[in-house]
Amino acid sequence: MAKVKLTLNNETRTIDVEPCETLLDVLRDKLGMKSPKCGCDRGDCGACAVLIDGKSVRSCLIFAIECEGQHITTLEGISGDQLSILQEAFIEFNSFQCGYCAPGVIISATELLKSNPHPNLEEIKEALSGNLCRCTGYQPIFDAILKASKETKK
Amino acid sequence: MEDLLNTPTAFRNDAYAKVTGIAKYADDITIPGMLHAVPIYSDYVYAELIAVDATEALKQPGVIAVYTARDVPGKVLFGQIIQDYQVLADKYIKTHGDVIALLVAETRVQAIAAIPFVRIEARELPAVLDPEVAMLPETPLLHPAHGSNICNEHCVRRGDITLGEQASDVVIEQTFKTQRIEHSYLEPESGIAYLRPDGVMEVMGSMQHPFSTRRFTANTLGLALNDVEVKTIPMGGGFGGKDDTAALVCARAALCAYLLKRPVKMTYTREWSMRESYKRHPYTLQYRMGLSQDGIIRFAKSRFVADGGAYCSVTPWVTWRSTVQCCGAYSVENVHNDTYGVYTNNIFSGAMRGFGSPQVNFAIEQLIEMAGEKLGLDELEIRRRNMVRQGSTTVTGQVLDTHVVSLQQAMDRVLAEIDYTNKRSQCSFGDPAQDEWYGIGMALSYRGMSLGAEGVDFNSAIISVQPDGSVLIETGIHENGQGSESAMILIAAEHLGIPKERIRYRMPSTSNIPDGGTTVASRGTILGGGAVVNAAKILKNILTTEIKTAKNIDVSSFRDSGLYDTNNELVMSWNDAIKLCYSRQQYPYAFGVFQAPKVSWDEHTGQGNAYFTWVYACQAVELKVNPKTRQVTVLNIVAAHEVGKAINPDMVKGQIYGGLATAVGYALLEDCKSENGKIVPTNFHNYRIARATDLPEMTAILIENHDPQSPSGAKGVGEPTLELLAPAIANAVYRATGKRFYTLPIRIEL
Repeated sequence: MAKVKLTLNNETRTIDVEPCETLLDVLRDKLGMKSPKCGCDRGDCGACAVLIDGKSVRSCLIFAIECEGQHITTLEGISGDQLSILQEAFIEFNSFQCGYCAPGVIISATELLKSNPHPNLEEIKEALSGNLCRCTGYQPIFDAILKASKETKK
Repeated sequence: MEDLLNTPTAFRNDAYAKVTGIAKYADDITIPGMLHAVPIYSDYVYAELIAVDATEALKQPGVIAVYTARDVPGKVLFGQIIQDYQVLADKYIKTHGDVIALLVAETRVQAIAAIPFVRIEARELPAVLDPEVAMLPETPLLHPAHGSNICNEHCVRRGDITLGEQASDVVIEQTFKTQRIEHSYLEPESGIAYLRPDGVMEVMGSMQHPFSTRRFTANTLGLALNDVEVKTIPMGGGFGGKDDTAALVCARAALCAYLLKRPVKMTYTREWSMRESYKRHPYTLQYRMGLSQDGIIRFAKSRFVADGGAYCSVTPWVTWRSTVQCCGAYSVENVHNDTYGVYTNNIFSGAMRGFGSPQVNFAIEQLIEMAGEKLGLDELEIRRRNMVRQGSTTVTGQVLDTHVVSLQQAMDRVLAEIDYTNKRSQCSFGDPAQDEWYGIGMALSYRGMSLGAEGVDFNSAIISVQPDGSVLIETGIHENGQGSESAMILIAAEHLGIPKERIRYRMPSTSNIPDGGTTVASRGTILGGGAVVNAAKILKNILTTEIKTAKNIDVSSFRDSGLYDTNNELVMSWNDAIKLCYSRQQYPYAFGVFQAPKVSWDEHTGQGNAYFTWVYACQAVELKVNPKTRQVTVLNIVAAHEVGKAINPDMVKGQIYGGLATAVGYALLEDCKSENGKIVPTNFHNYRIARATDLPEMTAILIENHDPQSPSGAKGVGEPTLELLAPAIANAVYRATGKRFYTLPIRIEL
């Protein structure tokens, strides 16, 4: 066991982790954050994406022990008292069905809009190419991101 | 991006929970004292099981128990149609996905670490992997109790094939093959079970049929149905794939919880899920079809063989739909079809969105074009001359006269939207002078709605109005992620004349509402919605009667949160009507049932009114092929679907987009290969489904002709969306390359 101190959704947390524990397992089992989902456990589906220092990272691919001092944001951390423009757009466009991929998709899209507030469709597709969704055909997700990016202009 | 121009109207009762991460799925739930179960597999495909030695495994840290078939208090075998599916392998390992034992430990990590310490002794037997070999009389039987390796047979005998042959000027023969498909729901199977203080085994899980899960669990534990309560929680996708295996995962968790008297969770890894869960049936389809010079199909003879794998599951029902729809959306006078579902030692096949139609459509929608070409008729004209129309008779003798037959309408809308006739002239047909080949293609389909003559088809709904006028509803339909609860709320709101915000969908449980059958066959909205409408009628009747008795006023309509008389004068508000009801000691509570209209089937002739209503669709696609890399790029997809009535239009479109994306995978990407009986793909790196970058712009067109036989007017849309794009892509690939491809997935070889 090793102690790791990190910032999770703007709160400082210190936890004991095994060297082999992934960030995903630690977030879900030790830190109570259930929004990152396990879909493949090998970085192929993106359901476990979280923001680490603002970058979208697949939490199943890194060890928790590597996260010392880092700022981690899960979907719970994005969902404050008010929904983000992106989350509102996700509701408006029905950009999820089963919703299992939604936390990872929203994380990836949040990163995209932060680094590129007005992406075109190709840039959106590229940014989401690591997030699998079997329900929506992605189109309502693209629509929501485009809408959110327009709102950001205002 | 046409949606940006429209005002989206999507309504989801679970929207906030799903975009904030509040929605909790099976594996997100923990119960204090909970143990973790994992499956133990063997390396065998077919073997006689001699012994399971758990001695070393039980010595591993945290390991509590290892259970085998001998520990099952109820029955080891179960199944929806034939009871041949083993909860745990008993005497024989019949396929590579068979679970031999369950290992339970304090933590999941400990459980997984102990898996290699369970020793399995077995005597290998020669596996039968080819359905044609399995069907030979000399092949040993996989299920001796069934008496044959042919799990089921269906046929169509209509007219006289010999007369059809005589009337034909051209005859065309072709064999098509389709592949095995993994559902690829993003959430792997998970079940959690605990014994409640009242003695009831409570189960929550990622499964799409709570009542099936209850039956599996009760059967395994040897309990009555009311001893088990299965509750619905958000589920991460199903697409038909979360019935048998997912139900069994829940039943296994319940088995461990029952034996240990502690809560047990069993969550699958993607690898276990891909290895064990049933798939879409691979088919071989042989056709011989004749047409006269005027382009009319004079006969169609076909033979379908579906690899059902080691267990029956719903193979008889899947293959039955193939039989009924064996000539696609065309009227044919002389038809002879034989369809076989066959047992092999392969991974078993079961329900998957499409359910026996994607395979048939892949064949027939190419065949019709090939026939047209022989006769000098283009692909549109040959279809127009043969497609079903108002009053047409189907190949099973059903007259299509109870609803609007909108196939031509769907075709016209799609052709106009994609500008088909103009673009057709630009197709490359493998022109060596071009360094990029362009093709456009289309396909038609029709589909019988709901279960049809597969089985009993009814559903119920409860509407319970609270004293403050707020409403609780529930139905026997399961929320698979498709938005069924939201659709039910919208239907109730419309029929009660109150805002949707006043209605909540009650958390469903098998102990709340009667078994309404499985949420499959695109039957959720039509059956569950029908029950909601009928419950609303009963409820309105209660209110109307109370007002008549109390005030001698006739209420004739419910709208805008009010009750109105025949002169359109407000009689009283919804809230006051409910108060009146309670004050008169009457509950504003209704139980409504929708029984699907009668269908019929003669299994010897394959004739009958197979489904009580039908839907119609057309899809078209543009694509390009790189002659050097053989890469196919899909450029544009347009789909038009008859839906009866679109209850939640943006959600209906969402169903279409999702179906199209899965169908792109079916046509071009996905192949759940099996080598020597072992499934090759293990995860999403070697089983590739469509990603955001694989998909073009998609346009969804809704055609609405309210169905008089559906109380809500709605039909269904889940499955039709992915049953016809693969042949449309095949037809477009033909116009791009000049070559036809008869095997899925399409791999361009020039």
